[in-house]
Amino acid sequence: MSESEKGNDPAAGGNKPAANNKDSMRNIILVSLMVCFACSVVVSSAAVFLKPERIANKLLDRNKNILETAGLYNKETDASADVDQLFSQFEVRVVDLEEKRMLSVVEAKDRGIEAATYDQRKASKDPSRSKALGDAEDVASITRRARYSTVYILRDEGEISKLVLPIHGYGLWSTLYGYIALEPDMNTVAGITFYEHGETAGLGGEVDNPDWKSLWHGKEIYRDGRVALDVIKGSVPPETSNPEHKIDGLSGATLTSQGVENIIAYWMGEDGFGPILKDIRG
Amino acid sequence: MNPKEVLLNPIFNNNPIGLQILGICSALAVTTKMSVALVMCIALTLVTAFSNLFISVIRNQIPSSIRIIVQMTIIASLVIVVDQILGAVAYDISKQLSVFVGLIITNCIVMGRAEAFAMQNPPGISFLDGLGNGLGYSACLMAVAFIRELFGSGSLFGFQVLPVVSEGGWYAPMGLMLLPPSAFFIIGLLIWALRAWKTDQVEEPEFEIGGHTALSKG
Repeated sequence: MSESEKGNDPAAGGNKPAANNKDSMRNIILVSLMVCFACSVVVSSAAVFLKPERIANKLLDRNKNILETAGLYNKETDASADVDQLFSQFEVRVVDLEEKRMLSVVEAKDRGIEAATYDQRKASKDPSRSKALGDAEDVASITRRARYSTVYILRDEGEISKLVLPIHGYGLWSTLYGYIALEPDMNTVAGITFYEHGETAGLGGEVDNPDWKSLWHGKEIYRDGRVALDVIKGSVPPETSNPEHKIDGLSGATLTSQGVENIIAYWMGEDGFGPILKDIRG
Repeated sequence: MNPKEVLLNPIFNNNPIGLQILGICSALAVTTKMSVALVMCIALTLVTAFSNLFISVIRNQIPSSIRIIVQMTIIASLVIVVDQILGAVAYDISKQLSVFVGLIITNCIVMGRAEAFAMQNPPGISFLDGLGNGLGYSACLMAVAFIRELFGSGSLFGFQVLPVVSEGGWYAPMGLMLLPPSAFFIIGLLIWALRAWKTDQVEEPEFEIGGHTALSKG
C-alpha cells in the first residue's frame, strides 16, 4: 500500500494517529501473521485431539450399519446395546474381486490389507488398487471399483448363517452407500440398508425408510444364475409372476429406485460378488 | 447500550432472518427435523458469539485494508473447530448436517455482526450481540422446523405426534414440507406475522404500483 492510500478507508475511523499506525505495512503483515498463527494452532489442535474420537465414531457407525443389515441391531430400540460385543460375532474377511475369490486371513495379511480398518472408498480412488470401469460394465455408475472388498460373515456352528456385503452406486443426485445381507443360500435377501446418500428427503431419501427396507426380506436375487431382482414402478400386484424377484418402487423416486436396482445388478453380478457367492453356494 | 437489549432485541425486534433477511439458505436446508435444526442453531450461536468476541478483542489492531480477511480467518477457524467437536460428540447429527456446518462460514449473520457490531464495540457487549443474534436465528429456525417436522413427518424432535398413514395412522404427511421451498413459504409467512405484530418493521414501499393506466399509442 502506498503512502497516499493510508487512512483513506472510512471504516478505519477513530483518532488519526492510531488509524495510521494500524494501517502501516508493518502492522498489516504482523497482524495477518499473528492471526494466521493463532488460528492454525487452534484448528490443528482441535483436529489432532479429536481425531481418535472421530475415527472411533466412524467405525462404530459402520459397525452399527452392518449389524442392522444382518438384523442384529436396531438404531431406535437397541441404543444402549454393546455394539463392539455384537460386532465381534462377525468374521471379517477380504475378497479379491479380480481373482474372484475370498482370501484367507493369511493371504490378506500378506497383501497388506487389514480387514478391520480397510477403507474401500479410499481404495476405489487409488488407481493402483482399483480398476476403471467401461460404460458397458459400469451398471451402477461408480466409475472405479476397488480390487478388494471386505465381507462380514456370521456363522452358526461353522456354517455361514448370514453374509453381509458392502454395496454402492449412483441414484439420482448422489452415490448411495449401503450393505446387503444374504441368507445361507446366497440368494435370499436378509436385509438391506443405505447409510449414506444425498437423495431428496421424503422421496428418494425413503431408501432408508424401515418399512421399505423390510420389503426386501425374503426376496430372491438370482433366477437361472442371473441377477433378476427388479425394483418396479408402483407396488407389486398380488397375481404377478415371480413376485419373489420384485420390489415396490419408491413413489416419486423412479430414478433412485432404478439406481438401487442397478446397484444390486452390479454388485451381485459377474463383476461384483456374483462369482464369490457362487463359490460359497458350491 | 443496555446489555439486555443487545441480547434480546435480535429475537423479535431486529431478527436477523425476519428483519435483516440474512442466513436464509441454511434456514431452508436444515429445518426438516427439529433435532438437526437445534444443533445447527447451537453451532451458529456459538460461532457468532465467539467470532464477535475475538474480533472485538483485536478490533483496534486489525488493519482496515485486510479486515474482512481477518474476520473470515477467525470465523472459518471457529467453524472448523465446531465441526470437529460435532464429529467427535454428536456423530449422527453431524452426519445429517453434513456440509451445512461448514457453510456457517458463509452465513451472512456471522460476517454481518462481525463487521457491523464487533468492529466498533468492546468485547463483552459484542459477545452478547453475537449470542443475541444467534438466538434470533434460532428462534426463527426452530419455528420453521416445528412446522416442517410436524406437518412433513407428523413428529416433533423425532417423537410421533400425528400417527402417519404409512404406519397405520390417519395423518397423510405433506410431502412439500420436506422440500426446501416450503421453508421459503413458511419464512415468508412468519415475516408477515412478525410485521403485522410489530408494525414499525414494515418497510416503505420502494415504488407504488399504479392503477390501470392507458398507454399512449404510437
